[in-house]
Amino acid sequence: MALPVQNYVVIDQGEPPSYLKEYTLRSWLLTTDHKRIGLLYLFTIIVFFAIAAAAAAIMRLNLLTPRGDLVQAETYNKLFTTHGVLMVWFFLIPSTPSVLGNFLLPLMLGARDLAFPKLNLLSWYIFILGGAIVLYALLIGGVDTGWTFYTPYSSTYSNSHVALMAAGVFINGFSSILTGLNFIVTTHKLRAPGMTWFRLRLFVWSMYATSLILVLATPVLAMTLTLMALERIWHVGVFDPALGGDPLLFQHLFWFYSHPAVYIMILPGMGVVSELICGFSKKRVFGYTFVAFASMAIALLGFLVWGHHMFVSSQSVFAGMVFSFLSFAVAVPSAIKVFNWTATLYRGSISLDTPMLYAIGFIGLFTAGGMTGLFLATLGIDVHVHDTYFVIAHFHYIMVGGMVMAFMGGLHFWWPKISGRMYPEFLGKMTAIVTFIGFNLTFFPQFILGYLGMPRRYHAYPEQFQVYNVLSTAGASILGLGYLLPLCYFIWSCRYGKRAGNNPWGAKGFEWETASPPPVHNFERPPVQTEEVYNYPPPSHEAML
Amino acid sequence: MSKNRAILYEHFSDIEQQRETSTAGIWVFIGSEIMFFGALILAFSVYRFSYAREFAEGAAELNLLLGGINTAILFTSGLTMSLAATANRMGWKGSTLILLLTTALLGVVFLGIKVFEYHEDWTKRLFPGPGFNWTDSDSPQVQLFFVLYFIMTGIHALHLIVGVGVVVVIAWLALRDRIHAGHFMPLDVAGLYWHFVDLVWVFLFALLYLMGGTR
Repeated sequence: MALPVQNYVVIDQGEPPSYLKEYTLRSWLLTTDHKRIGLLYLFTIIVFFAIAAAAAAIMRLNLLTPRGDLVQAETYNKLFTTHGVLMVWFFLIPSTPSVLGNFLLPLMLGARDLAFPKLNLLSWYIFILGGAIVLYALLIGGVDTGWTFYTPYSSTYSNSHVALMAAGVFINGFSSILTGLNFIVTTHKLRAPGMTWFRLRLFVWSMYATSLILVLATPVLAMTLTLMALERIWHVGVFDPALGGDPLLFQHLFWFYSHPAVYIMILPGMGVVSELICGFSKKRVFGYTFVAFASMAIALLGFLVWGHHMFVSSQSVFAGMVFSFLSFAVAVPSAIKVFNWTATLYRGSISLDTPMLYAIGFIGLFTAGGMTGLFLATLGIDVHVHDTYFVIAHFHYIMVGGMVMAFMGGLHFWWPKISGRMYPEFLGKMTAIVTFIGFNLTFFPQFILGYLGMPRRYHAYPEQFQVYNVLSTAGASILGLGYLLPLCYFIWSCRYGKRAGNNPWGAKGFEWETASPPPVHNFERPPVQTEEVYNYPPPSHEAML
Repeated sequence: MSKNRAILYEHFSDIEQQRETSTAGIWVFIGSEIMFFGALILAFSVYRFSYAREFAEGAAELNLLLGGINTAILFTSGLTMSLAATANRMGWKGSTLILLLTTALLGVVFLGIKVFEYHEDWTKRLFPGPGFNWTDSDSPQVQLFFVLYFIMTGIHALHLIVGVGVVVVIAWLALRDRIHAGHFMPLDVAGLYWHFVDLVWVFLFALLYLMGGTR
């Protein structure tokens, strides 16, 4: 058996209408189809991404000169808060789970929809409501606390719209929880016949691990923000030391959510990359069970490392050592993934299409980001680089170099399935390369800046740092181009792109066996998983030579 | 249409799968809720550890008798809720309705007593804020106890209000024969939620009322 065989003909005689068939606004706003809800999320997060990216662009422009001539310090504070809040809660967290996860999870499991389709639509409306409140808070003046809302500044001293912003993030949390709940239950209960746990796609495993974090960590953030907002509105002590509270408790609670949240952002990316590496090496992933369990291990360990954000708070040195050790431990499952992806490439029939370029970029940038994470998990070094651009560069290597690269790769990979059309391949490849160059030019200088001691969150800096800041701003404009191009050619491809056919990549999986775009109920007849997952034929002699 | 026919949504392959899915859904939701209350209980525990004496003084001001009565009421409502689920599965419509309404009524009585307690605390000037009146020098710490007391019991009360609403809706659906012996999952799921809210109260009662000194 060579390429996947179609069980049925999709053209001619009574082909079921694709999920994109209906055009009315009503059919979109009241849809319970997971594929359409995924697209609703896609349109929404593009808007939030654009606003957050604009805030970043203004910051980068301001940092061109040491005196920070463009904006005042206070405006700068509001810009980085806007950038952080929107990017974290309104772009990165919903990006892969709510867009690609929503679209793909039922398809990969062979289900007709998620377990609770109405709840799924509700989660989008909650997301919109939370986003609207946050945007309103921005329009009437913004917030200057940073996305971390540290007390007592946020609860007592800040003169900006903290409570409103917190309310928006709080509401958005329920959207996360509902999505996570839906994914967990769907994975448990809606798998097609023959789809055992160890035949699940690695993307599904990573979504499952992500969902566990969404469901278990988000409520803690919701409660923490509630307490902070109540302290602010009610003027009673919960975290304010002047009123008997303990600001460290806020940090503990906040990072108990926000560190696992980092894994909410990166685990889905790892899932996408696992799919891309297998799909473009035409090979079963090396060490399937290890990669699958690494996702679960990261989700579990992710809950135990939050104290590494607090090494220079008054947390005890002993606690610091424990958190340092546990943070190092997270590197083990992460490294397992990187090594196994690399081993999968060995003797694979590799094709370097656009998604694969993004995936390879991901592996390199994620490794750089992960290794610098170990620097930060080391107590002594962290004291030196704490709150500097080194930290900024580190987590942008994971969040942008890792997660956004993976998201873009995934979007290119499944775009033929989503739209039924191919994007322009050459332009795609060029964009992937431009993104990679732009990204490194933006963030690599920031490692050096941080190591030399430039603190984060300042709108001005000593003159000797200017060269690196100019390089970084130049890189950011290239990176911006890398994000703008796909937006243009994806829209172009909806009308003018080549028709994709069911399986343009020759990849394995239920989603490639149905039509592109899929029919409303995903499959014409319920699929059955009869073979192992990623059961690609052994490489032919032709490929070996 | 036969009265006891189950309703199968189209994305499930059979009724058993649909039932298991509902059960799994509510358990995951409860898992999430546990973390929600868990954050509060953690905050309370940290401060109780730091300010043991002041928290005991604060707790001694609470009305243990009313708290105890409320605990008994909520336990009883848990019993009627379970019986309602059983009665529904047996197809006893009348009993189901009576038991559901009793459950909702007990929930309302609990809330009434809670409001009375809040009023009592208010008149004793124990409500945190500018009006908070505590003569000793440890006033901020005692106030912290009352901040957490009001937040924890308040959020629990919100959950109970939602619960009463859900039970009333379920009763109405049962009256209209849209929930019955063949289609029992909504009632069972509501029951699991109700028991969870009961159980949270057990922890709150122990933490807030019992762990202080008694007078």
